[in-house]
Amino acid sequence: MQLKNKDLLGLEYLTKDEIELILDTAVPFKKLFTRSIKKVPTLRGKTTVLLFYEPSTRTRISFELAAKRLSADTINIATQTSSVIKGESLIDTGKTLEAMKSDFVVIRHSMSGAAHLLAKTISASVINAGDGTHEHPTQGLLDIFTIKEKKRKIKGLKIVLVGDILHSRVARSNIWGLTKLGAEVVVTGPSTLVPKSFEKMGAKVCYKLDEALKDADVINILRIQLERQQEHLFPSLREYSLLYGMDKEKLRLAKEDVLILHPGPMNRGIEITSNVADGSHSVINEQVTNGVAVRMAVLYLLAGTHSVVR
Amino acid sequence: MSPKILMNDKEVRQSILKIKQSIIKEKKDLKNLVFIGILTRGVYIAERLINEIKNEKKINIPLGVIDITFYRDDIDSIAKQPLAKETKINFDLTDKEVILVDDVLFTGRSIRAALDEIMDFGRPKRVQLAVLIDRGHRELPIQADYVGKSIITDYKDKVKVKLKEVDNIDSVVLIKE
Repeated sequence: MQLKNKDLLGLEYLTKDEIELILDTAVPFKKLFTRSIKKVPTLRGKTTVLLFYEPSTRTRISFELAAKRLSADTINIATQTSSVIKGESLIDTGKTLEAMKSDFVVIRHSMSGAAHLLAKTISASVINAGDGTHEHPTQGLLDIFTIKEKKRKIKGLKIVLVGDILHSRVARSNIWGLTKLGAEVVVTGPSTLVPKSFEKMGAKVCYKLDEALKDADVINILRIQLERQQEHLFPSLREYSLLYGMDKEKLRLAKEDVLILHPGPMNRGIEITSNVADGSHSVINEQVTNGVAVRMAVLYLLAGTHSVVR
Repeated sequence: MSPKILMNDKEVRQSILKIKQSIIKEKKDLKNLVFIGILTRGVYIAERLINEIKNEKKINIPLGVIDITFYRDDIDSIAKQPLAKETKINFDLTDKEVILVDDVLFTGRSIRAALDEIMDFGRPKRVQLAVLIDRGHRELPIQADYVGKSIITDYKDKVKVKLKEVDNIDSVVLIKE
């Protein structure tokens, strides 16, 4: 079993078996974190470029740590201080990185499809670290890994995504991955942020929060992107927080052993209250730990596709 | 060509007893001794050695398990990435006498990988190597301290060790290309 493509662009393009391969491979990587030497020589001499056109802390650091724990070298390109600001196109930047013999390019971009474009241009493995409102596959994978680790399965679970589904690449990656593994995915939030069209992806759309949360095994709370408020998609943050903000009260509607996930960064007091974020149901910190293991698994498995592709 | 049997179950057992005898003979003090088996079959051979020593000397020797996947040197040349299992060394290796155990000794590259991984866990006093079968063709300066049986093979031959724990039978077979 191996990955078919040299790139990881989205969970939409992976088979159920490929997703499970990545999840299974992440398990032994996570075990490394308990050692005093957390580094293995697996990708020694490989170069990973982190190309971030959008701000990011945890995803970038997580990829950097994943690459370093595999002994790969990492290069950070902050686009604000690079030639991009002089107007260099994505394709030209990609070709430059290719000429420098990069093995992996991790890209975050505000345009959906940016990772695809880059992947077609260069022979290095391209990993999508978030493209516009399209996908954020490694976040989807680490969410699934965290759920699977706690619940021992994915199939048959009721998993609710709450919030701004419309603009969320995390939601899309979750829906693709979780439905492929047999979970029931429900999306809920204000109707302006939860279009009916998500049913085509296999999710159930539900506007009543109490109905959505009933018997939920997992609640994945998405960040309310504060800048969206200017688009008048919901009346006020205060109203959003009253209706959809996850607090102890609303939590009671779900199963007793419900898991609370949040991809971060959190707006405490808006989409999640502090006592839920720090409460016993929360696995938010474990998501961060698992993110490194899952990204190591992705880098490792993609390295295996090089010998075929090249 | 049909596989040739190099060792039957009796010979496998005798080889393990032979290795055990040499270890007991050489090691005055078994208290500092630990075994590390290389997944998969090295672990079962290490387990059998530990049981045999326990029967004779009434001493419990710790067993560590090592998966060398992340330490391999052929990541670039193998199309299929091997699925790694878990390395478990739940004891401190500092100043320990380690006996590393594998089923077949061939190029020596697996042993190189295992040695690197062991060093990431601590600084043992000494590391020795025990193998059920040594088939030659070393590509690195590595040799075993305890050998069940040495045989001459062609480089392209395959030597397959089968053990009851996973294969329902104890045997070593040679498959000619």
